[in-house]
This record gives sequence, structure tokens and C-alpha cells, in this order.
Amino acid sequence: MASDGHICERRRAAERRLRVISGHLHQRDQDGHVAVSAQECKAEAPGDNPAKAATAAMPKRQEIMKWNGWGYGDSRFLFNKKGQAEFTGKYRLSGLIIPSLKDWMENTFGANLQHKAPATDCHNDVVKIVELACQHNVCLIPYGGTSVSSALECPPEETRSIVSLDTSQMNRILWIDEKNLTVHVEAGIIGQELESQLNESGYCTGHEPDSMEFSSLGGWVATRASGMKKNIYGNIEDLVVHIKMVTPRGVIEKSCQGPRMSTGPDIHHFIMGSETLGVVTEVTMKIRPVPEYQKYGSIVFPNFQQGVACLREVAKQRCAPASIRLMDNEQFQFLKPQVSSIFTSFLDGLKKFYITKFKGFDPHHLCVATLLFEGDREKVLQHEKQVYDIAAKFGLAAGEDNGQRGYMLTFVIAYLRVLDLCRNVKERIVRECKERGVQFPPLSTCVTQTYDAGACVYFYFAFNYRGLGDPIHVYEQVEHAAREEILANGGSLSHHHGGKLRKEWMKEAVSSVGLGMIKSVKEYVDPHNIFGNRNLL
Amino acid sequence: MASKSLYSPRDPVLKKRDDFEDILEERRNSSDLRYALRCYTPALYKGLVPCKASMLKNIVLQSDSLQYVISQVSAECGESQEAVQEEASLLLEEMAHRLQLGTIRFFAFTLSKAFKVLFRSVCVNEEGIQRLQQAIQEHPVVLLPSHRSYMDFLMMSYILYTYDLALPVIAAGMDFMSMKFVGEMLRMSGAFFIRRSFGGDKLYWAVFSEYVKTMLRNGYAPIEFFLEGTRSRTGKSLTPKTGLLNIVMEPFFKGEVFDVNLVPVSISYERILEEALYARELLGVPKPKESTSGLLKARRILSEDYGSMHVYFGQPVSVRSLAQGHINRSQYNLVPRHIPQKPAADTQSFVNDTAYRLVRLQEESMVLKPWVLVAMLLLQNPDGMDLSTLTEQADWLRRLALTFGAFLDWPGKLSFSRKIFMFFFFCLFIYVLLSKPKTGLSTNEMAFNQAVSVLSCASYRNQILHLFVRPALLAVALQTANSNRRDEVYNCFNFLWNVFSNEFILCPGAAVQDFEEACFLLGKCGAIQELQQDIVTCQSGQTTLAFLCSVLDPFLQGYQNKTTMFNLIKHIPININIRETDLETEVVSSFFPEL
Repeated sequence: MASDGHICERRRAAERRLRVISGHLHQRDQDGHVAVSAQECKAEAPGDNPAKAATAAMPKRQEIMKWNGWGYGDSRFLFNKKGQAEFTGKYRLSGLIIPSLKDWMENTFGANLQHKAPATDCHNDVVKIVELACQHNVCLIPYGGTSVSSALECPPEETRSIVSLDTSQMNRILWIDEKNLTVHVEAGIIGQELESQLNESGYCTGHEPDSMEFSSLGGWVATRASGMKKNIYGNIEDLVVHIKMVTPRGVIEKSCQGPRMSTGPDIHHFIMGSETLGVVTEVTMKIRPVPEYQKYGSIVFPNFQQGVACLREVAKQRCAPASIRLMDNEQFQFLKPQVSSIFTSFLDGLKKFYITKFKGFDPHHLCVATLLFEGDREKVLQHEKQVYDIAAKFGLAAGEDNGQRGYMLTFVIAYLRVLDLCRNVKERIVRECKERGVQFPPLSTCVTQTYDAGACVYFYFAFNYRGLGDPIHVYEQVEHAAREEILANGGSLSHHHGGKLRKEWMKEAVSSVGLGMIKSVKEYVDPHNIFGNRNLL
Repeated sequence: MASKSLYSPRDPVLKKRDDFEDILEERRNSSDLRYALRCYTPALYKGLVPCKASMLKNIVLQSDSLQYVISQVSAECGESQEAVQEEASLLLEEMAHRLQLGTIRFFAFTLSKAFKVLFRSVCVNEEGIQRLQQAIQEHPVVLLPSHRSYMDFLMMSYILYTYDLALPVIAAGMDFMSMKFVGEMLRMSGAFFIRRSFGGDKLYWAVFSEYVKTMLRNGYAPIEFFLEGTRSRTGKSLTPKTGLLNIVMEPFFKGEVFDVNLVPVSISYERILEEALYARELLGVPKPKESTSGLLKARRILSEDYGSMHVYFGQPVSVRSLAQGHINRSQYNLVPRHIPQKPAADTQSFVNDTAYRLVRLQEESMVLKPWVLVAMLLLQNPDGMDLSTLTEQADWLRRLALTFGAFLDWPGKLSFSRKIFMFFFFCLFIYVLLSKPKTGLSTNEMAFNQAVSVLSCASYRNQILHLFVRPALLAVALQTANSNRRDEVYNCFNFLWNVFSNEFILCPGAAVQDFEEACFLLGKCGAIQELQQDIVTCQSGQTTLAFLCSVLDPFLQGYQNKTTMFNLIKHIPININIRETDLETEVVSSFFPEL
């Protein structure tokens, strides 16, 4: 296949590039010129930093992670005797059948590139590296912890050397301001690490993206990340107070740590989601005291429509708990391990609930919302009651009377755009797979979250590639079609996540003037395209 | 242009067509009563929202879009919201159908009896039925039959009942509602009634479109309407109306359904029940008002033989695949979906284009009887011709028609001349019986009767016109163009094409394709040769070209007369109210100057 050759070629080119780079590094060592080198952390941390010990106690990330940082080393899929995929490792999810997910994962995330990167650990080093890169016209691709939607794939048209800038050693909390409830952190810190260190001082950021065990703070900023508990803590743009970023033009930062400024367009918004302008080195974030009380819960709905209607009502009354997620029926049946902690408790609860109370629901239509309440005990209980009161109207209780009411409601809400979007996209995926010769029905499900002015829908999609000559290509085509369908149905190009996949639609999504604005910023900040991952534009 | 998928191979002869099966045969051999009472369990749309007809009204009345228009209307005309709501509810009451299985069973019984008397056979392509069954389960379906007779929608429902398919709801004209009892019967068999014109009435439009869309979205039943808007009195397809087509496509544009399947259905009659009526109507005799007593009086038609009829269910056309690359659906998301919007220019032209193509699909699958060819030849020789010449020429014409991809129902068993002979009597019937001079008739009345018979004949001929129209336009263009140069011929062709764009089904903007198609067809039958720059007529093709020119001749004359008349009127200062009659009337006056 043509694309096979293409991928091989790319892989060869990347390997060659790496050989050259490692050659350079070795030579430098022998010559005694230490400008940048693959060494351990060398910057001196402030002596009284309470975070220091914690860092040391944590095993080095690369030791327990997979080579690419995408998951723990011991987490993996195995094929059992029946030839089905099984999951092992830290998550308790045995028996989960996900056909051919393993290859899908590995293949999607590209060639076996071993990243050899000059480790940096403080802002000044980064400034030096960026200066050198500009001087020698070398392409820099910062690497935080993950690579989704081909964000870190080296552009095949890139002819310069590419340096992957691993920020994982820039992982210290520099200070905590308990008066103003802010924390100043180096941007390479991984989400989980940040959270556990803050917890020791009794604080948290509340930013919990699904990938928080692997993704870094700088990555969140560069790609406009969204967290699971965004309903009370906000997404990354609500959490950030101050950003320091190194660009080829120099360092960009605001002059104060104030909560709001009216000085023209917020420069943070040039940075957040920019992906190609520079390296985020230090960030000041809002923090909150660790919530006194947490409570998980779940609501069962007779069908997805009722679930969406309920979430809508919750959004209308502005009483969304820290996290509220609605899974569709397929999702419920496949039990995707996205929110592991909520999930386990929900499972236990559900078993009881289902047998006793909800027997009336059709297991092929019912769907489930998972909830997480946070705060002080009293408020949580009050809040919980409010949400469950709303939920009761939409099908929690399966009495005769309520069933009837639920039936009426279907008509009222039947034309919500979210529902149409979910149905159409799923159907499109199924149809595209069929057209491209996928022999088994694909798995395509969705999960939604609520906003005041709409919803955020996640789609999960997997298929069995048996009998397909070029499954990756098929996957890409199907994803492309699904994205097209989302746009046609009034969805946005991306809720969070960066990467190259959406480049094609950028103009359509933000209009050509909008694209021009983004381009001209890039042109000013990075005229020689040093940060050359070519995402976004 | 839209959808290559609508156009199959360039060579029309290669088009694959399904075989027919006679559904009356079984009716003749088994009990009608048992048939009417049998178990009826059609396959349903997979996304069906189950609801009853009465509940449907509530959904429509409560819908966001109707509520929006109601408040808008009440603000505009100063009436209270409740009053407007009440008005909307009355409109809906007037419009809505009350589909009931009992009525259907009643019709199944009576129509079986009637059809067995009226028709020798009713042939249906079963593969088409199977495709339809599949389509009904997948996506909402819109049935688009051709419209030649009142029989059409009765027959459609009858066939769908016979094959255990979901019964359609049918958009019918208000005229039927005035029929006592029968109107209600039709209503209970799935007809919903719409006013013939309601251009300015915002509320009516909102009620109507929401009603149709709700049925479509919920998958309540297949929706059936006639693209042509009314029965064609001339046997020629009418230019399509796009209002309803636009309504049924909108849920797809707005993402409310994944796809909509449009199923063109071609219903061809050997002899149309309203045959003589049509001819009179065309000559200006007003259409008899639909009434129950009129229907009872018309029962004498039961004593006549209307031959066989063919119903061809075409390939379902997916709106999604048609719209691919033509419609930017995301534009529909910038305004809340319940706010009515005028379709954008690109949508309008897309819908219009699709409508024309669907009518062409209907035309292409119309089954043509030998009479049609004979009628054409007879009309070209108004002074008559002897039987052997007629036989010979009809055979020649048959071969030409087949080269152009005609869908002919040619009797194999009977020898052709015998068939011609039978038709001869049939023509005699038209010519002699209808124009039989009754005592005390003036010459005018005699001429009128003669005109009726010619028009009846013309309505047979018109059934095959769609096949010849493009080559005929080219033949005339070749005749009139000054040179053989391709571009000049095209200019002439284009002129004629524009003149006749409302007369025949010529897809808007497809002049070039039509030209190429015509060139291809004429080249295939050996009448012309396409060179680099020129189009050359062949000696052997002269008869074909002459024939094709005379096909178009009556229309050319008709148009000429009309223009002369308009020019005359322009100079008369008095304001004369001219009723727009079908141009065919003008054609007749060109034949009979004394009229």
C-alpha cells in the first residue's frame, strides 16, 4: 500500500535524524563542551522547598512509564486463549473485551521513536536552548507527557534537525501563596504529581483531565486542556493566573499576578491552545483547599434522551456537581475505564440499585450518569439532594406515574441538537466502517458533559481490523468522516486536545480572517518556525 | 451537477430494469375478504417514535417552531396568543389525517373488487418492493409517484398493503375534502389535506411544514406526495414543485435525521380513467367538482376495460449522498433550529435540481405500450395511413425507441400486426365514437369533438416524448443552424432548450449535458457523426432526423401561435384577463384554425 511505504519512509527518516542527534551529543561530551546534554536534574532547588522530598520519593517517571509516556509500563493488553484482548496492570478491569485495541494504540501513536532529549530543568536553561535553536536553525518540539491527535508527530516535510525538548524534569512546585490561593509551578510537572504534592499542603488545583497521570501542566496550557471537575474548578483557562513562556522572540509574561486585567486582548489567550509558539516554563495557578468531603453517585435513566434532558436541567439550574458525565448504553455495557475511581463505586451501587429499583428499565436502552460531589459535608448533602430531585423527574424512579411522565418528556426534548449529533455521528461511523470493509460492527459510543450554553460530547470508537489490508488508513478515514459529521451537525472542531488532525478544517471553523490572525501572531513570535510541529496552522 | 448517482450508465440501453409481477392474479384466485382481513405487520423504521395520530397533533402544536411562529403572528396582528393557538389547532384539525387500519381493510376489499374489473393486470416490480422494504427500516422514506390519475394514490396504498409495507401518509389537495364521506374515508386511509395556495399565510405554512416534518422525524409513516403537484392532463410530466420536497429534506439539512430516502415511483396506465375528461378540460371545459355523487355517477367506468397498469418502484435515492459536496450543513447550526429560515440560494437550487432529476427518473421507468408509438405515428399523419405502412413504421419506431433506451412493454405472443389491428379499433373508438356527429350539432361542436379525440391521442403520444425530446431538440437545431460547427449547433440547441424549459423536463442548468446526451444518442442510431469541430448529418439518418423534427413540430407551432397572440394583445388597450391554459390547447388551435 502506498501509505505503508509512506510510513516506513517517515520512520527511516526519523531514525536517521536520531542517529545524527545522538552523534552530536556524544561528540559534545568528549569535547567537554557542556551546552546541553542528556544529564540528570542539575539545577539547584531552593533549599526550603517542601516539594523536594516528595519528588525524590516518587520513582522517576520514565522508569515506570511506557517508553512513550502513554501509560504505565505494566499496564497493557494481553490476548487470552480466546484471542480477545485483556487488560492488565494497575487498573482493575479484567475480562474487558476490546478487540484489537493493542495494535490500534501502538499503531496510532506512531513509530517506535526513542526520544533522546536534552533534559532541562529551569527557565533559564530553556531560554538558552531556544536561543541556540534559533542560532542554528533547529526545529524544537517540546514534549510534556503525552501525544494525542498526532500532536508530536514530526512533520514529514521538515528538513532541519528536530530536537525533542522533554520538560519532565522541570517538575518542582516553586512556591505556594496561601493568602491568594495560588501556586507557582514549573510547567513540566505531571498532573498527578502536582496534585499529590499540593495535597500534602492541604490544597488541590481541581484540574483533573483523564490523562492527568501522564500529561503535564505545560501541555495543558499549550493545548487548552479541560478537566473532569471543570464544573466547579473551571477549565485550564479559568485556572491560570500567570504564564511564563519562552518564544524565539523572547520571554512573554504578564507583569503581575492579578486575577484580571483589562489591557487589550488577554495575552494568555494567545498562549493557551497555541501549540506552536514556544515553551511554557512556569505557571501560576489557582488552588483550593482539599475538599472536606467527597461523594460519588450515579443516576440511571431509561434512555439516553432522558439523560440528556436531565443534564440540561441541571445546567439550567446551575447546580452541576464537580463532575457529571452521562454514558450512553453501549458505553455502559462496555464499561470503559475512563474515570476509574468514580467507576468502581458506581458499579457497586448500580448492582444493588438495578436489581431492586430499576427493573423496569430496558437494559438495552438504559444509560447512566456518574456524579462526583465535593465540598464540605453539609453542602455536599444539600447539593446531592438538589441534583437527585431533578434526576427524579427524568427517570430515576420507575413507577407507573413517572414512566408516563418520562414518556411525555421524550417528545418535548426529542429534537435537542446534542441527541441528533450523537446519533448521526455514531451512525456515520458505523456506515463508514461498513463501507470500508470492516467485518465486525465497530464500537462507537459517547459520553457527554454539560455547559451552560451547550454540551461537550466525547466519542469513543474502535473496530476489529481483521481482514483489512491497511487498518490505520481505514481508521484515519473513518475518523475524518466522523469529524466532518460533527461539524455538519453543529459541533465544534475540538473541545480540548491539540494536534494536527484538525488542521484541515481550521479555516472553516474560525473563518479565514480568524486563521489569518493566528498566523500573523505565529509569524511575529516565531518567524523561522523554530517550534515547528506544525500543529494548528 | 448534483449526484452522478442519479444517472446510471451513459448508454440508456444498458440500464437494468426489474421484472414485473401481476398482483391481481392472486386476487383473482383467492378470497378478497380473507385478504382484507389478513394479519398486517409491516416492518417499521428502526428509529420509530411510536405515537398515535391524535398524539401527533399535540406534538405539532407543542413544537418549538410552531410556538415560535404563533407568538410571532400574535405580535404582528395583535391577537392573543391563545386565539392564534386555537387557529393553528383548527388548521391542523382540517389538515391532519386519521390513519386507521379498519378503513384500509375496507379499501383493500372494495378496491380489490374494483381493480379486478377495471384492469387486466397490475404489474409491480418486486425487487423494487424489496428495496423499499429495506429503505423503510433504515431511514425515513418519501414516496414520489408520478401523477396521471386519481387512481394513483389509491393504488399506491393498495400495493403497499398487499406487500405488507408501512402505509404512507399522503399529501392530497383540498378538493377531496369537500366530498362528503369519501373525503373522510380518504382521511382515515392516510390522506392529509393541504390548500392549493397559501403563499402568504405564515401560520398555515408553519402548521403544515411542522406536521410533515414531525411525521418524517418520528418515522411515523412513509410520506407520499406528488412532485408534479397535480395530475398531468397531457400525459407529459409537469415541471416539479419544490415546496414539499424542501420540507422533507430540511430535517436532514438540520441534522435531525441521519438521512432521508426518496423513492421515485413510476405509475403507467395503458388507458387512463379520466382520459376523455382531460381532453375536455384542456379545451376549456371546467373540471367537474369532486363530489360523492359525481363519483357514483362515474361508476359506469367500471364497465370499461382499462388494460393493464405498471407500477415501478425506483431505486431509493439518499438525500445525504445527493447533498454531499453541495450543501454546507453547518450553516444550519448558526440559528436555533426552530426558527423558520428561508432556504439559502444553494439549498434552493439543490432542491430544484433534485426535483427535476427525480421527475426524470420517474419518466425513465414509465412503461410504454405499443399504442403510444402508434398514436405518435397517427398524429404525424392526420389524414390516415394504411395498415401495412403503419405496421412497418411502428416497427421502425420501436427499434429507434429501444436504441434511445425506451422501457417498452411489447407483447411477444400476439403477432404485431394483430396488435396493431386491435389498436386500430381502439383508435376507431376514439376517432369515430367520440367525434360521432350527433344530430343537431353545429360545425363548431363537431370540431370540438374532433379536437377531443385528437387530444386524447396526443396524450398517448406525450407519454413517449421524454425519450425523444433531447434528440429532437438537436435535430431541429441541426436543421436551423447555419453551419455544422459544433458551437453553432449548440447555440441553436440552447435557444430551443431554453424555450422549452417549462414544457419538458429539462434539468435547470444541464443544457450542456443534454446536448451531449442528444449527440450521443443520435450518433448511436447513425443519424449524425461527431467530428472534432463539426456535427455532420448522415445520409442514412435523414428519416430519423425528419421524424424527430416532426415530433417537436406541434410544440413549435403552439409556441409561435401563443407569441403572436400575446403580441396582438399587447396592442389592445383594454385589460383582458387571459386565463393561462395549457399550451397544448394552442397546439390544437394550430391544428384546427377554425376553432
